[in-house]
Amino acid sequence: MSAISTPIAQTAAAWKLPYRSKVGMACLIIAESAIFTIFVVAYLYYAGKSMTGPTPREVLATPIFYTICLLSSSLTIHFAARFLERGGRGAFLGFWFLTIALGGLFLFGTAQEWHRLIYEHGLTISTNLFGTTYYSLVGLHAFHVTVGLILLSIVFLFGLAGRVGSDQSARVEVLSMYWHFVDAVWVVVFTVVYILGR
Amino acid sequence: MSSDAIAIRAAEVGGRPWVEALHDWITTVDHKRLGILYILFALLFLVIGGLEAIVIRIQLMRPHNDFVSPQVFNRMFTMHGTTMIFFVIMPFMFGFANYLVPLMIGARDMAFPRLNAFSFWLTAFGGFLLYFSFLGGSGLYGAGSAPDVGWWAYAPLTSRAFSPGHSADYWTIAVLVSGFGSIGTATNIIATILSMRCPGMTLGRMPLMGWMTLVMSGLVLISISPLSAAQIMLLVDRYLGGHFFDTQAGGSATLWMHFFWIFGHPEVYILVIPAFAFASEIIPVFSRKPIFGYPVMVAATVCIGFISMSVWAHHMFTIGMDSAANTFFVLTTMAIAVPTGIKIFNWLGTMWGGKLQFKTPMLFCVAFLFQFLIAGLTGVMLGTAPFNWQLSGSYFVIAHFHYVIVGAILFCMFGAIYYWYPKITGRMLNETLGKLHFWLFVIGFHLTFDAMHIPGVLGMPRRIYTFEPGRGWDSWNFIISIGAFIQGVATLLFLANLVVSYFKGPRAGNDPWDAWTLEWSVSSPPPAYNFAAIPTVESRRPLWDRKHPEDPDSRYE
Amino acid sequence: MNLSGVEWEGVARRAAGILFLVLGLLLAAGLCTASTPGENPVPNIFEPHSTPADSIFRLSGFVLAITGMIFLVVFILLVYVVVKFRARTTDSPHEPAQVYGSTQIELAWTVIPILIVVVLFLATTRVIHAIQDAPKPANAVEVIAIGHQFWWEFRYPALGIVTANELHIPVSDPANPTPTYLKLLSADTDHSFWVPQLAGKTDLIPNRVNTMWMDPHRTGIFLGQCAQYCGTQHAKMLLQVIVDSREDFQAWANAQKQLPKQDESASAGRNVFETTACVNCHAVDGTMATGRFGPDLTHLMSRSTIASGAAENTPEKLRLWIQNPDAIKPGSLMPAMKLSDTELDALVRYLETLR
Repeated sequence: MSAISTPIAQTAAAWKLPYRSKVGMACLIIAESAIFTIFVVAYLYYAGKSMTGPTPREVLATPIFYTICLLSSSLTIHFAARFLERGGRGAFLGFWFLTIALGGLFLFGTAQEWHRLIYEHGLTISTNLFGTTYYSLVGLHAFHVTVGLILLSIVFLFGLAGRVGSDQSARVEVLSMYWHFVDAVWVVVFTVVYILGR
Repeated sequence: MSSDAIAIRAAEVGGRPWVEALHDWITTVDHKRLGILYILFALLFLVIGGLEAIVIRIQLMRPHNDFVSPQVFNRMFTMHGTTMIFFVIMPFMFGFANYLVPLMIGARDMAFPRLNAFSFWLTAFGGFLLYFSFLGGSGLYGAGSAPDVGWWAYAPLTSRAFSPGHSADYWTIAVLVSGFGSIGTATNIIATILSMRCPGMTLGRMPLMGWMTLVMSGLVLISISPLSAAQIMLLVDRYLGGHFFDTQAGGSATLWMHFFWIFGHPEVYILVIPAFAFASEIIPVFSRKPIFGYPVMVAATVCIGFISMSVWAHHMFTIGMDSAANTFFVLTTMAIAVPTGIKIFNWLGTMWGGKLQFKTPMLFCVAFLFQFLIAGLTGVMLGTAPFNWQLSGSYFVIAHFHYVIVGAILFCMFGAIYYWYPKITGRMLNETLGKLHFWLFVIGFHLTFDAMHIPGVLGMPRRIYTFEPGRGWDSWNFIISIGAFIQGVATLLFLANLVVSYFKGPRAGNDPWDAWTLEWSVSSPPPAYNFAAIPTVESRRPLWDRKHPEDPDSRYE
Repeated sequence: MNLSGVEWEGVARRAAGILFLVLGLLLAAGLCTASTPGENPVPNIFEPHSTPADSIFRLSGFVLAITGMIFLVVFILLVYVVVKFRARTTDSPHEPAQVYGSTQIELAWTVIPILIVVVLFLATTRVIHAIQDAPKPANAVEVIAIGHQFWWEFRYPALGIVTANELHIPVSDPANPTPTYLKLLSADTDHSFWVPQLAGKTDLIPNRVNTMWMDPHRTGIFLGQCAQYCGTQHAKMLLQVIVDSREDFQAWANAQKQLPKQDESASAGRNVFETTACVNCHAVDGTMATGRFGPDLTHLMSRSTIASGAAENTPEKLRLWIQNPDAIKPGSLMPAMKLSDTELDALVRYLETLR
């Protein structure tokens, strides 16, 4: 039994610690950033060092449209979270769905690009260093987008069932942190692959 | 009643089926139980890893010995290293962090109890998978089962061409999965420390264990991830025809080395910083004084965390980097020696002017100080690149890092168990057996690891299943092996003490050591909810304040 | 003298520590005393016979001196603290003075180590530069060393020589240095070239070119072995560096450049050699055998060992090696040649002619 405890009332108001889920998500983001950094380093290190096969310049087409889709989804999720905070469930659901749609479009664009690269240019993960590093980096990102979309969809379904209200806005905020992270990673990947790496 | 179940035996409960108790343990999300699971897991693998070491030392007792084949030997040293690092020390440290941190900061559990359980079981699965490799898989030249590529798994030795079969995959996936578990636990620890401290416990009033666990967890986040990334790349190479480390296609063997050691060096700080934490809790209590220079200890630890990310290529001095790169890494390595070394002075300063009680936990900590000093100094030697060009890859390096891992870390781990066993189980460990364990282990340790420096200096490389006679290595190897056997006996004594004392040890009470941090304010073992009422603290040593109301710490901080 | 309050554990601990220290000093002293040159096969890093090894030796002496001093200071402090401040039964029951820290002391014990570290760093940088950035003289002997699992290939491009496992280099006169520069490559995994008395080790890494140099100051045989785990038989990838006088080196090189003498009595064996799989891996100058996977056998008999030092180069061992390599070096990449006894005898007789 602790005899140290004093009535908590007067100290509780002054004792404010960060929301643990936000800290947890921040930690996850830090760890994931480290993983992505290593893949980016490998990509840059091997840029121009392929011994055979198609080069980025020959086969890459800059995905401007799909990038805009993904980056705007950050905007829509931000609005969705804001609306939820204020209790606007309808607007929240609308913007949330838009986020999912934009993310889904991005994935579709990635799939389309990969299809073209594989079947028209014969570039696979085992073709050369460029193929290995490209598919790994973009693929790792696409995997994180997919996981994000699954999480967003689950929340959307809960929202449709009427279970997501302003009380859950802190948790939704945590999920949107993850989504913003995924978008930020794309900015880096885009720069490295389509701008620097050419 | 989760943790109370430890102290309650069947007779008292009255016929509770053991499957129920087992089910409770397997599905637990209580940080104390998970802590105990981690620690038991670590002790099990300590014995297994130790047996692998014994096999190695029997083979190397004399030149041209044939106790085991080269293939088996190579599997032994690979498994020994992988086991000790990933499935002994890390789980042990996470176990103690899990058990103690919530209690020390006045919380009821960790921030994410289910993530806690998930992370433990990920690690446990990784350990199981690694050892399943003895039954499945085939290694180099299809001749074996467990991985035999060394615990660093250098490319291109791990490529399909040189490691056909699945032994390299067992290494990769087991460590990858347990790595995710580690990241999960690190996240949990950070969120717990930042978000769940009791009122009044600012970060500056946390026990040093809190700070050190925080830094260690931060390091886990940013350094386990590079290893995970590299392992994913290795799997891409081995299974999808990738070329990350395929030197025939222009890939780079040194890239794996960089990625591995970007993980590998911070990893050794991940291992040692919790050991520092134990010493920083034990030494003050048995010196009857507060830790000397708490702010500097915190600052030094944080510095170590940052600098440790910049020293990694001192493991790669021999790979042919140019003089500028080598010079840079000498600089950073020398730099990190400073915050690491001055901690010894802080511990000495704590003991200075105190009233030293040489109970078993303190004995282990004093030995730690002596051995960590030597380990640090041989580390400085290895940090001077040209000297490293001779000593790297030799038995001198093995002596150095075992001096750190056994002489410093394991000694602190033993100290921690002797110190907190009463809190966890409610019973005291036998002091006589403890002292016997200590002295026997010290003798064995020094026989082995003092002697081990010599063959390194005389040209004996590491990872060799046998050595040539007449090079001056013969007698030293014999002595090293004898010391290993003695350490094995000492460890068995220790395990016996753990088991016997659980049933027969004298009851410990709340606070057998007259200590000052919050965990000693609750019963031994603590109730499931930890604290009846969440405490409020006003200094770094809340129990000192309570025991000495005329002279509380809060007056001086 | 009242001994009742003494904590004997602490004292005994200190005694043990001091004992180990004394032993350690004796060991170190034993190591550092030089032994008779030429007779001692111990590859001791503290017995340098070449400039890089010597520079390292001097630096290591400096580092050992500094770390030794640090050790003594801290060790004495530790012993003092443990003896002086141990709890005695005669003590008062009060807690000792609760000291939280001292900024001045902590500053001092931070600044002094920083200064020490700066000194060490500067000394180290000097030696790194001296060894790695040493200008290459015009008359350096160039050797390309290629690491294989589990043997060493040595090529002398300027001399047109290819040999294996035993490296001949000329002694280097300090007045007119003829160092040997090694270009280090690998055919498969990572290896490391380590002959302690001649130089620090440098790795052989596939898809990478490393260089190192050594200028031995006296003739003799210097032992080493691979120092980077490269697979099953890493332990038996042994190295011999034979430092010859200028004349002896010239004689050796000339002999290596010659074709082996044709010996009619060995034609049966030569036939076996050329019609079985031997030629897939091995080369013999002047024949149609041009395999590069295994060691060049043109002057096999000029080497004192086979299998990269795993066995003596005797007819019996050679026969055993060809018949059953696993008996000598299990896991090596030499296959067991399924030859009859007569074929084997003939083959060995042929190989014996490759001088």
